[in-house]
Amino acid sequence: MPKIIINNKEVEFEEGMTVLQACELAGAEIPRFCYHERLSIAGNCRMCLVENEKSPKPIASCAEPAVEGMNIKTNTPFVDKARKGVMEFLLANHPLDCPVCDQGGECDLQDQSMFYGFDRSRYSESKRQVKEKYMGPLIKTIMTRCIHCTRCIRFATEVAGITELGAIGRGEDMEITTYLEKAMESEMSANVIDLCPVGALTSKPYAFEARPWDLKKTETIDVMDAVGSNIRVDTYGWEVKRILPRVNEDINEEWISDKTRYACDGLLKQRLDTPYVRENGKLKKTSWDNAFKILISKLKTVNPNEVAGIVGDLADLEMMYSFKSFFKKCIGSTNLECRQDRIYINPNERMNYIFNSSIKGIEESDLILLVGTNPRLEATILNTRIRKAYLKNKLKDAYNIPFTEGTLHEFVVSGDTQKDKGVKALDIAKALLDYGFHAPTIYFPNNVPEAMMIEPTESETKATLDRFVEVMLEINDNINVNPDLIREAPITTPVTRLDETKANRELDLRWTP
Amino acid sequence: MLSDEDRIFKNLYNDFGWDVESAVARGDWSQTKELISKGKDWIVKEVKESELRGRGGAGFPTGLKFSFAPKQVGSRPHYLVINADESEPGTCKDRDILRFEPHKLIEGCLITSYAVNAHVCYIYIRGEYANEGKKLQQAIDEAYEKKLIGKNASDIGWDFDIYIHYGAGSYICGEETALLESLEGSKGLPRLKPPFPALVGLYGCPTIINNVETIAVVPTILKRGSSWFALLGRPKNTGTKIFCISGNVNNPCNIEEEMGIPLKELIEKHAGGVVGGWNNLQAVIPGGSSMPLLPKDVCETILMDFDSLIEQKSGLGTAGVVVINKDQDIIKCIARIARFYKHESCGQCTPCREGCGWMWRVLERMAKRDATYKEIDLLYDVTKQIEGHTICAFGEGAAWPVQGLLRHFRKEIEKRCHGEPIVKKSPNIPYLIDQHLLEKDSA
Repeated sequence: MPKIIINNKEVEFEEGMTVLQACELAGAEIPRFCYHERLSIAGNCRMCLVENEKSPKPIASCAEPAVEGMNIKTNTPFVDKARKGVMEFLLANHPLDCPVCDQGGECDLQDQSMFYGFDRSRYSESKRQVKEKYMGPLIKTIMTRCIHCTRCIRFATEVAGITELGAIGRGEDMEITTYLEKAMESEMSANVIDLCPVGALTSKPYAFEARPWDLKKTETIDVMDAVGSNIRVDTYGWEVKRILPRVNEDINEEWISDKTRYACDGLLKQRLDTPYVRENGKLKKTSWDNAFKILISKLKTVNPNEVAGIVGDLADLEMMYSFKSFFKKCIGSTNLECRQDRIYINPNERMNYIFNSSIKGIEESDLILLVGTNPRLEATILNTRIRKAYLKNKLKDAYNIPFTEGTLHEFVVSGDTQKDKGVKALDIAKALLDYGFHAPTIYFPNNVPEAMMIEPTESETKATLDRFVEVMLEINDNINVNPDLIREAPITTPVTRLDETKANRELDLRWTP
Repeated sequence: MLSDEDRIFKNLYNDFGWDVESAVARGDWSQTKELISKGKDWIVKEVKESELRGRGGAGFPTGLKFSFAPKQVGSRPHYLVINADESEPGTCKDRDILRFEPHKLIEGCLITSYAVNAHVCYIYIRGEYANEGKKLQQAIDEAYEKKLIGKNASDIGWDFDIYIHYGAGSYICGEETALLESLEGSKGLPRLKPPFPALVGLYGCPTIINNVETIAVVPTILKRGSSWFALLGRPKNTGTKIFCISGNVNNPCNIEEEMGIPLKELIEKHAGGVVGGWNNLQAVIPGGSSMPLLPKDVCETILMDFDSLIEQKSGLGTAGVVVINKDQDIIKCIARIARFYKHESCGQCTPCREGCGWMWRVLERMAKRDATYKEIDLLYDVTKQIEGHTICAFGEGAAWPVQGLLRHFRKEIEKRCHGEPIVKKSPNIPYLIDQHLLEKDSA
């Protein structure tokens, strides 16, 4: 393995690592804002500057590929000064509202400014004010706090797969916003809250509810859907304040759906917490003692076979066991039920209720049988995988599929086998127009030759996906039989190929009626 | 002074017509086929030996840049991109090439494309140059008609197409990777380097990007020989250069001159001298707004080429010479430049985004006599914190003019610093007294 020298210590690193990753291997901590393991590299916050022996300027370690024999220093006065400078700029226009900011206590900017910043500000001009942006009922924005790291933009584009967020304006007037301040529609939208290193994007329901250091953190598994996302429940006293994701590569990576994140408000609000008794057709509040008395008197008068017990989806195992024992021993009834959605699962065979393939393995399955379910709403995280697997497995014989792992939502097809027959990705994209499909993006991602990026697949119906697969296969058949047909596409679409040269030469700069 | 015979751009003032017939009469398109038949390596070698340095500002050796293009065309095509997004304040050389000498550029594009294995060339023109773009397009049409470019261009067995793309008025799109982003249709934000465009550029393909003037002089270098070009100027700073002289001079002009001409000669001979005489000179910005200014005493002797200006901690840049005489408020001038950079920063990197606005605000207050002594050092610190800490060279371009001001006109700024609290001067005055009342008394 190649070697790199970090702070006079030689470490081995894997090919393709960045300097920042190599520094982490060597145990040297590098502050960062824009860099995130699961997102593309932007290199714009400039906080991760380190000294490279061969370069007169400090280099951004998150973006610099590690090369054999580099000599990196992370603890020199030179690096310290660069970091202090960047930190001062970040804080120059950042409001000093940490006491009222929900991110306070778990804010990257706060933590890193303690380590790498000045103890006072030299910026005496007026601070920048940015108008709040509406991003829907879940995400609270205080855009004045934004440090323009673009993590949220990259998340929306790369993981959620919907280009809902973007930056408008330039320089210090750059603002992060949704298009025309439309609410974010993705079922995974609230993950931007976790990604935001400062308090610009925070949780609206959690606003001013608690401070992170007061919360008790319990690691657990999500029960809102059958995916079993790994989560952390933060409680204040007996009150569940919020749900946060935990990392599990095989299940949810580090994202959770909005349902998982926000269902916890039902634990506190509008919850049935006192028993009611129906008298003369009307429900009336009563005490627990009274309720039990009525319960006992009623049970004594009824035939045990006419009593049935039902437990809810969210009841825990211990409670259900004691409920079952109570029914068996005290009442003498076996009329027990737990399925509120009336789905019958035969419990005799174990394969009926465990998810046979793992969640990761769903991408390799030949057949997926979905019965009476809408995975988009019921298991958002699974949905992204199913859709990708569906397209991938149907097209894998005809096309080259470059990415097979991960929950990335875009579906990327490579047309390099077709290229050998003289048909480029551009031609396939134009042929798709004939069939009534939007032409896919064809020059991204850069590392895939003849790439076609199809998106979004999250919200299309199965019929659309089927039709798409059919069309893609038909195009491939045509390429095998008569490649010229595809090369000359689009044929039936009224838009013919643009004469780009002509359009460039006869430039109409002015609108004429 | 450069003799007329050695001038490359003979039609810089449109005295002889810009159409293809006039261009051919001046010697364009004359030996294109013979030059190209000598081979790619020969062209790159000749350009290398001429020691031509990029005319877009950074002064990178052009021959070396050409040689970075992969020798064999792999799975992806090569591109040539011409940077005609000339937005540097004080610079207007490319404009005159585009409208008066377009055939020099087109011929240069063909030869260079052949040398770097590109079949397609994009010319990225700034949106404000709509009329110049139209003229260039007419020239390209003429060249297509005469079969000088297009399929089997100039009968050399090489297909070659030129497309024009208009920018939308952003200074940062003149940075080569931001230009590529803009050309691809996205927001003009500079890319991280490496990978450099020569390997991963436009649409992820190997791309050579050069300034208009650089490419436009290539055919003449090849025709007259690299030794002729290398003999002009000084070693490593060879050839001729179009200087754009503006500001407080009697005759602002574009003039092609030998590299290394004394600045004083340039101003006195070609631009009709400083308004109010040479003694009225305050400072000169030698290379477009992003270069540090030079005070009068340096201007007396300085030679206009890359290396001698670097010795004076300035730079040749795009050779947009801006003359500032004593009638101008130098701090206001630099504050205006700082405002330009604040407006044009793309907003990607933290130091540039936050620092440019900071510099501008401090300078505005300095110009209004509203700053303190302390802030002079603070301003210098801010410029140092921007410089070298950003993705592209915009950070340097924004910080250098301010550094130049602080280096040479610190006294001027100190004279205006009235914002210093009076308690600091005489510590006996109680701290909580209203400062404004004290100032009135002392005035």
